[in-house]
Amino acid sequence: MTVLSVSNLSKAFGGVKAVQDVAFSVAAGELLALIGPNGAGKSTCFNMLNGQLRPDSGIVNLLGRSLVGMKPRDIWRLGVGRTFQITATFNSMTVRENIQMALLSHHNALLSLWKSANEMYLDEAMVLLDRVGMADQSERPCGILAYGDIKRVELAIALANQPKLLLMDEPTAGMAPNERVNLMALTARLARQDNIAVLFTEHDMDVVFAQADRIIVLNRGRLIAEGSPMEVRANPEVQAVYLGSGVTYAGGH
Amino acid sequence: MDRRSWLKLSAAFGAAMFAMSGAQAQDTIKIGEMNSYKNFAAFLEPYKKGWELAVEQVNASGGLLGKKLEIVSRDDNGNPGDAVRMAEELVTREKVSFLIGTFPSHVGLAVASFAKEKKVLFIAAEPLTDKIVWDQGNKYTYRLRASTYMQTAMLVPEAAKLKKKRWAIVYPNYEYGQSATAAFKQLMKQAQPDVEFVIEQAPPLGKIEAGAVADAIAAAKPDAIFSSLFGPDLAKFVREGQTRDLFKGVQVFNLLAGEPEYLDPLKDEAPTGWWVTGYPWYAINTPEHKAFADAYQKRFKDYPRLGSIVGYATVQSAAAVIKKAGTLDTEKLVAAMKGLTHSTPLGNITYRPQDNQSTMGAYVGKIGLKDGKGVMTDWYYADGAKFLPSDADVAKMRPAD
Amino acid sequence: MLANIVIQFMNGLAGASSLFLVAAGLSIIFGVSRIVNFAHGSLYMLGVYLAYMLVEFFGRSSIFGFWGGVLMAALCVGLIGVVIEIVVLRRIYRAPELFQLLATFALVLVIKDAALYIWGAEDLVGPRAAGLRGAVEILGKRFPQYDLALIAIGPVVLGLLWLLMNRTRWGTLVRAATQDREMVGALGVNQSGLFTGVFFLGAFLAGLGGAVQLPREPAQLALDITVISDAFVVVVVGGMGSIGGAFLAALLIAQAKAFCIGIGDVSIFGTVFSFSKFTLVVEFVIMAVVLVVRPWGLLGKQQGTQRGTFMVEPPLYPLNRNFWLAVLAVVVLLGLVPFGGDGYLLVLLIDIAVFALFAVTLHFLMGPSGMVSFGHAAYFGLGCYGAALALLKLKLPMELALFAAPLAGGLGALVFGWFCVRLSGVYLAMLTLAFAQIAWSVIYQWDAFTGGSNGLVGLWPSEWLKDRTVFYAFALLLCIGGILFLWRVVHAPFGYALRAGRDSALRADAIGINVRRFQWFGFTLAGTFAGLAGGLFAFSKGSISPETLAVPRSVDGLVMVLLGGVQTLTGPVAGAAVFTWLQDSIARNTEYWRAILGLTILVIVLAFPQGIAGFTKQVATRIGVMRREAA
Repeated sequence: MTVLSVSNLSKAFGGVKAVQDVAFSVAAGELLALIGPNGAGKSTCFNMLNGQLRPDSGIVNLLGRSLVGMKPRDIWRLGVGRTFQITATFNSMTVRENIQMALLSHHNALLSLWKSANEMYLDEAMVLLDRVGMADQSERPCGILAYGDIKRVELAIALANQPKLLLMDEPTAGMAPNERVNLMALTARLARQDNIAVLFTEHDMDVVFAQADRIIVLNRGRLIAEGSPMEVRANPEVQAVYLGSGVTYAGGH
Repeated sequence: MDRRSWLKLSAAFGAAMFAMSGAQAQDTIKIGEMNSYKNFAAFLEPYKKGWELAVEQVNASGGLLGKKLEIVSRDDNGNPGDAVRMAEELVTREKVSFLIGTFPSHVGLAVASFAKEKKVLFIAAEPLTDKIVWDQGNKYTYRLRASTYMQTAMLVPEAAKLKKKRWAIVYPNYEYGQSATAAFKQLMKQAQPDVEFVIEQAPPLGKIEAGAVADAIAAAKPDAIFSSLFGPDLAKFVREGQTRDLFKGVQVFNLLAGEPEYLDPLKDEAPTGWWVTGYPWYAINTPEHKAFADAYQKRFKDYPRLGSIVGYATVQSAAAVIKKAGTLDTEKLVAAMKGLTHSTPLGNITYRPQDNQSTMGAYVGKIGLKDGKGVMTDWYYADGAKFLPSDADVAKMRPAD
Repeated sequence: MLANIVIQFMNGLAGASSLFLVAAGLSIIFGVSRIVNFAHGSLYMLGVYLAYMLVEFFGRSSIFGFWGGVLMAALCVGLIGVVIEIVVLRRIYRAPELFQLLATFALVLVIKDAALYIWGAEDLVGPRAAGLRGAVEILGKRFPQYDLALIAIGPVVLGLLWLLMNRTRWGTLVRAATQDREMVGALGVNQSGLFTGVFFLGAFLAGLGGAVQLPREPAQLALDITVISDAFVVVVVGGMGSIGGAFLAALLIAQAKAFCIGIGDVSIFGTVFSFSKFTLVVEFVIMAVVLVVRPWGLLGKQQGTQRGTFMVEPPLYPLNRNFWLAVLAVVVLLGLVPFGGDGYLLVLLIDIAVFALFAVTLHFLMGPSGMVSFGHAAYFGLGCYGAALALLKLKLPMELALFAAPLAGGLGALVFGWFCVRLSGVYLAMLTLAFAQIAWSVIYQWDAFTGGSNGLVGLWPSEWLKDRTVFYAFALLLCIGGILFLWRVVHAPFGYALRAGRDSALRADAIGINVRRFQWFGFTLAGTFAGLAGGLFAFSKGSISPETLAVPRSVDGLVMVLLGGVQTLTGPVAGAAVFTWLQDSIARNTEYWRAILGLTILVIVLAFPQGIAGFTKQVATRIGVMRREAA
């Protein structure tokens, strides 16, 4: 089942065409990697999906519903979870409270002035933390966690509204190599369990080839290849792009 | 917290409460005094010396009702909220017999309202607002100084004599300035029906853009100016106006500008020829004033300002009313205040029974220069009793006690 | 006519110069150190006083004597700035945001009393500038020679500052630090040296701004407060950290004032509108308009986010059994007071309770909501006036009139908040100040309705509440109720949503939270309860005046919150109690009470950089009374 379908997506900044005529789709339970050299237009593309940027033209449909022009918070309400390249969590709250925050919002319970937020959706929060392996740290302030752990918290936050689609911008940036593969393996496992469509951008080719079901490659704002990891690896144009930019994708970093 | 901590906390609390409630002995007569000492230091430092001198003199001559007089003084921070709290403290903790003092009008009015509510006598020393004895007057509140209306009325006869037609008005933009302006316009129209007010400038208190104001007034080409500026605003207006020739051929009337507090800082730039109200302490030769001025200078090695007179006379009023009532019972004190007459350095004053306003006057004169200093010349004492509205008018304005 | 316009334009130019100097100094200090320097006006005041003294000393009649005195005065003020930086501010750079403001507030008090001690209470009218004593003829009008010099001084200093900032290594560092303070630190630059230098320059400019005013501005003790608000407005209108912006803004505001005066009274549709009265508030109206249209001022840039400068707030301590027991104990103790203490203690405790509620509402904004307000007294004051007008004009009984207080406060916050939440940081704070000043000026001038500057009197409670003990119980009940309610809200999902928006607006948005809307509601809620505090204040005092919504009241609120500790929920209550009690007991017994109050605050600031409650909490955690945070 197609969860996200994108077609004719374009965006220009003052005459520079950052993204041109991009089209792809993600199915439920599928991990789609969006790769490309620096400046290829990945972030622009991503930000048009999550509502930070408005596309100049094109269609972005989530389960048949257009997302164009919607605000990030409204897109989230339709079932789109996000993680950020630079982590963004609520540092003055405990790990558990971070998850509770997302749950409260998901259950439209934020306007309550009286109930104790700390005790709401507690079990649900613990289940989510358990799924990402953070249950034992649930009472620690988020501000003092190790970076890899914060990433897991973000993943749990993203899962809190039972998303149909996960948008992950450079999910493993800044992490140690072995942690990266672990995080994406975890993501893949959860996505398949819950039948979530995942779109992620990534620099680390080890992660990409190990976990992605499918890969799309962006260069200078255009889609130049699409297919299974094997197909993409074999694509001469992709090889040229990556060789040209001086990055070998066979050996990782 | 465990039980021990609770006990400790309670003990500390009890101790604090004990410390905060002072014990008192009543071998003195206590009067509560409040003023905005830090906000209006230029006026109130001499004021404080004035009442200190009066207290010393009262006690040196045997005190009152066989007891020593003691003033318990507080800084009200120029703020009605703090003033009312201080008044509460003076009344409930210090057990003062009544209250005196205050400078700004809004503080005076707040304490007056407190006096009415709590049934305490309050002799307002300085607040000039007309409301304190009229619109918002009450049985428990009396006021010593000549009000805005009275001082304006003292200048009007001189102003009307000149038969100037085009008047400019400049005043600090708050109640005192507004009242002075309103009173001046009303009284001038009565005295000289063809009078015209060609421009009004109302700079914010303490923030006059003097150059711009002077030029704006000059552009209106007035024959005369009525000003109620004082303090730094006055100094700036005088300097800019002089540099820009605003005052050439234009007669200026300025409330309060003859008071040493505001005139002396101008030094040799004192604007000669202006009609003002003020206090020519150096030239008043009545025996009452001479005795006061000599004692003051001997005691403080400084010459008296108008504030000194106000402080001194306030305590004189307090002492006189205690003497007259012969008791510290509030209702009897309040009754004794009605029509209370006593002598002050400026002569005898009476607290009018119809509105609780004293008849203390002010000196009206022209500014001149002497030895590089501003002085009042051609001055005379304007008795406050002569510059008040008719009893019928007062009765209309003032709510019944 | 033309001549009048030209002359008023030149008056505006002359007025702008000194304003620009002061504002430029403030802007440079803020840009680099992020310190909101309340004492900047005091430095200006010192500039005027020192110039008065030094010009006399060097000889007022010689050109050298005058200008030498002016320059020396500015240098002295610069050195005073250095001393302040080294002795006080350097110790608390790492304290939570805005804590330094508390220290500079204390300095205002100390400097004011020091000036009173040194120079006395009487206004000191400075000499005219030697060589520029007279006037020149311009279009048939006489214009002071000295004002021509002032008109030149502004652009000259602007040029020199430009050279300093763009042509020297030091200037480059200052500009870099303004952009990104941490980065400069990371480059291995001697940061404390840079900060000291910046403070010297900023203080020097403030001192110079004051000193050059000597022939136009008598030295007097109220100058500090007069100037500081003007300087802030100029800095914010120009854009914080932008010297060119400060110049432009100073020009704009000075011209606006000159022309309001020049226009005078204008009759519009039969009603006379006095532009000269409008000078009371014109700069704040300009600031409000500029901030609504350009949220970072005329030439300002969006500020980079701070990284790692401030302590991260620990998670909230839950309202558990221990907490409620503690509340109960406090209530019982307060309930015992009427049996043991004297009447005045009740009065003082009512004041403390009212200010505690006020401080808690401000903390609700500053803490959980992450919005600093410099104009919070507006809602307190609107509450006062709401209750007072309901009682006096609508003739409602006092109990009903009290309802008007939160209503008025909340309504004001609803309207002003809608604009304010569109900004952040100091700009937000300054917009709240602008609105507060606008509200203040309306109340201050609307004699017929609000009683004008005199305020309203005769606001005493109903008969059954007249007894002091009964009113004490009544006020305490409402204040404690309000405080507990707001604390509940902080712990409720609504409060969590506010904290989420503060911690990370990006993440909050990404989990479906409309941050701005929550901030707006939060702002309104805080205003509502501030209004309630105001209503109780009105009935406990029996009278109110525009002071209830003036800047000093807002500053008092800030001081209480910061003194108690912005990172602790109970901090504002502790701060309100300590500040009110200090003010009461010090003001009663000492002549130089301001200085003593200031020094006491300084000691507290240096000893407990997390505030009183933060410190108590730390101690309590250490001795095991409170649960240690899982850290």
